[in-house]
Order: sequence, then C-alpha cells, then structure tokens
Amino acid sequence: MNAPLSGLEAFITIAGLTGITVLTRAFFLFSDRELVLPDWVRRGLRYAPLAALAAVVVPEVVMTHGQLIATWQDARLYAVLASTIYYFWRGGILGTIISGMLVLVPLKLVLGW
Amino acid sequence: MSGVSLGIAAWGLVTGVAMVKSGLSVPMALMMSLMVFGGSVQLAAIPLMMVGTPVWVIWATALCVNLRFVIFSAQWRPFFKRFPRWQRLSLGYFCADLNYVLFMKRFKEPRDDEGQVEYFIGGAMMNWSAWQIPSIVGIVLADVIPTHWGLGFAGVLALLGLTYSLLSDKATAFAAVVAAGAAVAAFALPFRLYIVVAIAAAVCVGLLIDGGGDAGQRVLARLRRRSIAPADGDARREEVVA
Repeated sequence: MNAPLSGLEAFITIAGLTGITVLTRAFFLFSDRELVLPDWVRRGLRYAPLAALAAVVVPEVVMTHGQLIATWQDARLYAVLASTIYYFWRGGILGTIISGMLVLVPLKLVLGW
Repeated sequence: MSGVSLGIAAWGLVTGVAMVKSGLSVPMALMMSLMVFGGSVQLAAIPLMMVGTPVWVIWATALCVNLRFVIFSAQWRPFFKRFPRWQRLSLGYFCADLNYVLFMKRFKEPRDDEGQVEYFIGGAMMNWSAWQIPSIVGIVLADVIPTHWGLGFAGVLALLGLTYSLLSDKATAFAAVVAAGAAVAAFALPFRLYIVVAIAAAVCVGLLIDGGGDAGQRVLARLRRRSIAPADGDARREEVVA
C-alpha cells in the first residue's frame, strides 16, 4: 500500500477490469456447446440473482467504512424505508427512487444525518 | 425503463465525479467509464487504485463484485444461443443489472416472434447512454458538481427497486434476507468475498426450502463423493458458486 498507481499501471488495471467485465457478463455465453446445468443448480438459480443484488445493496445502506452503523440518525435508513413503502404500495422504480431521495436530501442537508 | 434510467444517470454522474475527485486523471477516468462500464466495480476499484493496491487484488475484488453477472449470464444464454460467439460476447458486455431485471420480467422463455433481442438491444442502448453521458459530464465537471447532498444514493435506490422487482414469493424473499445478513456479517473478508458468501448462503437456504425432495441429500452425496474423486468434486463446487 504505497503511492497511487502511475499512468501505465492505471492503464493496465483498467484494461484488466474491462476484461473482467466481459468475462463475468458473458461467462456462460462463451461456450458453443450445449450448456446442461444439473437440476439443483437450476433450482439454485431461482435464488442467486436476487441474493447477489441484495448482497450489493444492503451493505450500502447499513454500513459505513466497513462497520455496521450504530445510530438511527442516518438518512439512508429513512430513505430506504420511504422507498420500500412506496414500492410495495404503488410499485414502479421511478417513484421508489424519488420517494427515497425526497426523504434523504432534507435529512442530509437540514439535519446533517 | 425511463424511471430506472434516472437512478442509473444519477449514479453515473456521481461515479464520474468520484473518479476524478479521488485523483484519477481525466483521460484515465474517461477510459475507465467507457471501457469498464460498471458502476459497482468502478466504485470498488477506484479507492484501491488510489492507495496503490496490487493490481491482482483489484482484479480479484472486481471478480467478486461482478459475480452476479456470471449468474445472470446463465439465464441470458438461452436467449442469445442462436448467435455466433463474438456476437454473444458483445451482447453479454451490455448485460447490466437494469437490462437483466427488465428483460427477465418480460420474457419467460426464448421465442423468435417477440422481438426479444431487439428489446434487449434497445434497452442496452438506453442503459448505456443513461450511464455514460452523465458519467462523462461528471468527469469533466467534477470540480463544480456538489455531491454531498447524497445524489449517489439514487443509484442504490435504483438497485433496491430492481431487487424488489425480483421478489417472487416468500421463499425468494427469505433467501434475500439471508443473503443480506450474510453480506453484512462477512463484510470484513478481503476482495469483497462477502458477496460470494452471501450468494452461497442464500442458494443453500433456497435449496433447503425447495427441498422436500432430494436437494439436500444430493449436495451431501456430492460432498461425500468429493473425498473419493477430488477433481470431480471441485468442478461441482465451482458450479455452486457460479
């Protein structure tokens, strides 16, 4: 852990990350052969996508600098609450985003949460 | 579609600003946005790049963060099967979260007469623009765009909405809660391995719930066979994670 990456190192890093984007997003698209997944894997696939998204989203809401937040005075909690209520009440992602932001922004700017 | 795009756009803008504010040069930030094309990976990689983390650590982290796309790609496959490989890979590059959720909700199985691939390409172009244009604006105007009021959270809320729209019944909801708990509990693992842990935990719980039949027993049988035939067992285990 020392100095920031130099230009060349940054270039190589970014090129590699681009390769990883293709590798992961097209992972099961590479092979020309028929892809036969075992039955239990196919059943697991019913749960995996949702789990993967939840694993990305939830730490963004309840954690700060790698620690579970220990306060209720965090704007994100109330924003997510508002978004959740909106989603299950009316549905639609635009409203979900806007309702959450309408709660988040005043709490952050006025109360400094 | 347009609704989620708003969240994607806000997220792209903030990511653009964040790249430059953390010290990445403008050309490098542009290159990263245009080539890597993935908000969660970019936001995970930038802080690591700025403290001089070894490149392989950054790449390992990116693999974990992008693991969900490996799972998505298994579900994309039947829809793209009829294309030659390089076209499949090109389509795959554009398979972002938004496109996945909207497409899979709309089309349950591959058919030739519904314009499925056209729908995908339209959605991918929209998603690409909704991400890249604000991201480039953010890179260029990094010094004048204020972000302290929480604009970036719109991206998290967009992903939250996408997550909710994948909920189909109580079993998937329960598995998602398990995934969330596992992610938070395992957060301290290096390379963002907590994402792998969360998916594995949720899939195990899902299979147990489905159970009723042979799932648990077959996993057990495979694990036992592993001690006899390690090579075969390893291959099986990779499938669980994928």
